[in-house]
Amino acid sequence: MENKATDLSVRFKEYWDGFKPGAWQEGINTRDFIMTNFTPYFDGPEFLSGPTERTKALNEKLNELFKKERENGGVLDINTEVVSSLCNYPAAYLDKENELIVGYQTDAPLRRGVNPFGGIRMARSACEAYGYKLSDKVEEHFEYRTTHNDGVFRVYTDEMKLARHVGIITGLPDAYGRGRIIGDYRRVALYGVDYLIEQKQLDKKKVGENVMDVDTIRLSEELFQQINFLKKMKEMAAMYGYDISMPARNTREAIQWTYFAYLASIKEQNGAAMSLGRTSTFFDIYVCRDMERGELTEEQAQELIDDFVMKLRSARHLRTPEYNELFGGDPMWITESVGGINNKGVPLVTKGSYRMLNTLYNLGSSPEPNLTILWSERLPEPFKKFCAKLSIDTDSIQYENDDLMRMEYGDDYAIACCVSAMKVGKQMQFFGARFNLPKLLLLAINGGYDNVTGMKLGPQMEPLQGDKLDYYEVRGRLEVYREWLCKLYVNTMNVIHYMHDKYAYEKTQMALHDTDVDRMMAFGIAGLSVMADSLSAIKYADVKPIRDENGYIVDFDTKGDFPKFGNDDNRVDKIAQNIIQEVSQELRKNPTYRGARHTLSALTITSNVVYGKKTGSTPDGRKKGEPFAPGANPMHNRETNGAIASLNSVSKLQYDYCRDGISNTFSIIPEALGKTDDQRVANLVCVLGGYFSNYAHHLNVNVLNKETLIAAYENPDAYPNLTIRVSGYAVNFHKLSKEQQREVISRTFHTVM
Amino acid sequence: MHCGYCHNPETRDMTGGKTATVGEIMQKVLRCRNYFGKDGGITVSGGEPLVQAEFVTELFTECKKQGINTCLDTSGCILNDSTLKLLEVTDLCMLDIKMTNEEDYKKHIGCSMATPLAFLDKLCEMKVETWIRQVIVCGVNDDEINIGRLNEIANAHDNVTLAELLPFRKLCSTKYDEMGIPFPFDCYEQTPESVIETLKSKVDKFRY
Repeated sequence: MENKATDLSVRFKEYWDGFKPGAWQEGINTRDFIMTNFTPYFDGPEFLSGPTERTKALNEKLNELFKKERENGGVLDINTEVVSSLCNYPAAYLDKENELIVGYQTDAPLRRGVNPFGGIRMARSACEAYGYKLSDKVEEHFEYRTTHNDGVFRVYTDEMKLARHVGIITGLPDAYGRGRIIGDYRRVALYGVDYLIEQKQLDKKKVGENVMDVDTIRLSEELFQQINFLKKMKEMAAMYGYDISMPARNTREAIQWTYFAYLASIKEQNGAAMSLGRTSTFFDIYVCRDMERGELTEEQAQELIDDFVMKLRSARHLRTPEYNELFGGDPMWITESVGGINNKGVPLVTKGSYRMLNTLYNLGSSPEPNLTILWSERLPEPFKKFCAKLSIDTDSIQYENDDLMRMEYGDDYAIACCVSAMKVGKQMQFFGARFNLPKLLLLAINGGYDNVTGMKLGPQMEPLQGDKLDYYEVRGRLEVYREWLCKLYVNTMNVIHYMHDKYAYEKTQMALHDTDVDRMMAFGIAGLSVMADSLSAIKYADVKPIRDENGYIVDFDTKGDFPKFGNDDNRVDKIAQNIIQEVSQELRKNPTYRGARHTLSALTITSNVVYGKKTGSTPDGRKKGEPFAPGANPMHNRETNGAIASLNSVSKLQYDYCRDGISNTFSIIPEALGKTDDQRVANLVCVLGGYFSNYAHHLNVNVLNKETLIAAYENPDAYPNLTIRVSGYAVNFHKLSKEQQREVISRTFHTVM
Repeated sequence: MHCGYCHNPETRDMTGGKTATVGEIMQKVLRCRNYFGKDGGITVSGGEPLVQAEFVTELFTECKKQGINTCLDTSGCILNDSTLKLLEVTDLCMLDIKMTNEEDYKKHIGCSMATPLAFLDKLCEMKVETWIRQVIVCGVNDDEINIGRLNEIANAHDNVTLAELLPFRKLCSTKYDEMGIPFPFDCYEQTPESVIETLKSKVDKFRY
């Protein structure tokens, strides 16, 4: 029998020389390569290098372009002639002589491409929103092509269209790329593209031996496309003068190869969130080898990472204004997960983790890449402190509980988008939308009448009668409508993802997954705290419904106090817990496309503003049109027992029922954290440690004063780089709409612990 | 004791506030326990916690049982057997040395400074780590003579590991208005940070 390990290690000897051998040499296994070869680092940031002159000059050029883009209304330029794909544009540079890592999405930096595969209407209106016209050439071409959007609307039922129209389900990815898929981009660096193609060819052959049923035929065609696009990826790299058929030989190549894989993906797709994965410790293995060989200095290693991050910061997709309402601030969610520990308990923190985070100092703070700390109690103390300091200095990073996620996703998972964990290269998710909990409550109370649009949907019955809402009656109604909505929601998602696979399949990204991929379908809820507080009001206070002339309930007169979510009060926290559990269990009753596992998130991005706009007054005292709190956050300024009580409430929400993430955005003024820098760092570390040891899932941390935001609201030009965390991602404050900015300002800023 | 700059005049009413048992408070404390880290813990302030020394002793004893650090924020104006028992379960004391001479103390605080000084001696004797704090009011105690005396007090006690200055603030004036009582220090200006910056360099045990 031939020995596979020897086989590959002989073939790639000159590329892999110096690495410790292991299972990773017997087949594609990036995780094993990392676990076998990484060098954990337990000390602090003292070793880090600042930006070099070259880095500074290049960053300066990039910042000038950002400025132009800003002045131009948010979009620098659009190429309306050529459809975005891997090899459709010539190589582009910012400063060819001085770039260490190369590659842009289109024919010029920050110039946006059009990507009509998701839907031609969206591409057309996005061009028009910025004063461009989609070229006749592209229009003509797509006249004879079915897009994902076409497919979906061919099948949508009247009820699906209605639910979408009244906004009880919003943010359905039916007109653009669904995203939330992370290719294992590292595979290109570790194995080279030729080997990846060979493996996919073998898989395809094997698939062909099965019974040719629908599943097999689809998979076989997908594999054909994957192989095709791996070849295109090689072609794309060749346009920049690189041959990526073989593995990377050194750090620079490892970063470049990985970036090419990512670049190919964002040229092919305009997914809502196309995250990077978990690369910094992977790169560090190459850095260590190069340093041992005397071929790389710390300064040079940092330079390469800085350059890579500059490229990531330049990534853009063309979006419509409606899209920006839901996902404000032009985000890409190039989420890079840093830290965590491995299955043996060894921290995966390396010098590479520090280098990645150090880009926020070297290049200035920035929302992208979306740097995410995988927090474990067992992370080295100096690293925890460095992260806390970075939060205080930049408000640009977020934290997620590795000790919680590792149990489910192992030690080589990464975060897609904001809070969605998946095993890199082994799992993918069918992402989609969220439904509006408070609107569901109002619909149930009114017996299937939407009091904002005046339309009827869902089971039809009489609106609730009487002068006081009865908690148990309301709950009984909710059960009926929840069952109806969950079924409709799963069915709608099934339609969307069937059509996305059919007409806009992610060929490049899926080529960087195992063929036998594990699928999840991620549902979402919005308005959790409004719903919990409303039910609490109905239960503990007197809620008198106010009816219109037709007998429909349009407002409430709530008398008396009631427990509010965010105060560590079990009476209402339990209600919030139950909401999640009940939705999760109801969703699971409905079968999904391709047997995907149901997951749920409490995450809103910036859509909490739009959702609020589309929702009538609620029993908790929130008036018609007012925003919800984002994600799983308690409602603004209802947290009266301090920061810890607020965190305690959110940490009670069970990850078991919300496996796609529970997002909490937390703002605290610097003075509340301590008097000195050291105190603030130490106290923030305690806050994070305490919160996550309570099995909480996610925390966005902002350490700033409300006055700063008000100043930036009034005078945006003076704060071009002000970055804040909003809901699982960070934004340049100035890129949010005025409405979104006001909502962020109105949030709770904790002034006491 | 009625300090002229009192920030919490609403706590002076001995019959006011909410009543709670040690058990109820402990439940809340334990909900926060994970956030304490190794240095954090519970601080009891006021009003004047020494007024309820027996209750605080019971609370602190329970905290010590649970391995939680205890901190007492006080003016040191009551010294009796109950106080001494409380100090036995106190890890850290934040002692407000309001004025540094008898005359000012009587004038602005309304009692003698003998008890707070004796209280500090006791803390020293019982080896309770202590942070001395003082609110600086321009025109009252923002002078080097006062700081000199503060240094003398701090330096004479080994248990004092920190002496810090706090600026006088008037955020509480609305509380006085609401309660319909005069704010005795309304005539003084808020203390600018710059004054604190200048003075703190002269405080020997100022750490930051």
